[in-house]
Amino acid sequence: MADETLDASGLNCPLPILKTKKALSKMDIGKILDVISTDAGSVKDIEAFCNQTGNKLMSAVEESGKYIFTIKKT
Amino acid sequence: MSDNKKMTIIATKGTFDWAFPPFIIASTGVAMDKEVTIFFTFYGLNLLLKDTSKLRISPIGNPAMPMKLPIGPKWLQKIDFSPKIPNIFWLLPFTEYLATYLMKKTMKKNGVATLDELRSVCQEFNVKFIACEMTVDLFGYSKNDFIDGVEFAGAATYFDECNDSNHNLYM
Repeated sequence: MADETLDASGLNCPLPILKTKKALSKMDIGKILDVISTDAGSVKDIEAFCNQTGNKLMSAVEESGKYIFTIKKT
Repeated sequence: MSDNKKMTIIATKGTFDWAFPPFIIASTGVAMDKEVTIFFTFYGLNLLLKDTSKLRISPIGNPAMPMKLPIGPKWLQKIDFSPKIPNIFWLLPFTEYLATYLMKKTMKKNGVATLDELRSVCQEFNVKFIACEMTVDLFGYSKNDFIDGVEFAGAATYFDECNDSNHNLYM
């Protein structure tokens, strides 16, 4: 279960990444963030973001046009 | 995680459309833990003005720009008017306002961040903004024309910034 949820629906590149960064920076290490996005580009981008920043992408699922990413802050 | 922590951008263009790439790349870079510096020179100085509402798009000599309507019925929105409108039309007064208005409307519809929004994210994430002192003087700007938090320096300072940087982009 996520500790925080960020709804970035309707937002386009790079806003989902920027909002994810902001949300993570307010959270403690080990906490879980769910990000909801409608931007198809965010599938690759969130993965790249996690690769570069060291945060852990635990899952990425698509549900009826929405992408839900579960990220663990490290 | 990468050890390549630094990025610099030279921003040289001052039209509304070209104002976006430096701020998009810079804000994404800092969000991904890079240390980013943007050096604004020549027309790029426009991007640092307090009032960015004066920035315009010029469709003149810009044949690659698609021109689709952000409003109206679906079939109409699909038409690209770019090859259909003669270039001479864009010489008429106020057509730049029209093109800029339509671009802003399209961006809003697509959930693209506004220029001011991207710029304030950059500042919030501590992107370093350097305005080229020589071009500030050349174009007769006063330092008060620009937003707070801008440093004024020259090309040598840019080199100092990009000395240990792995990404150095010219836009």
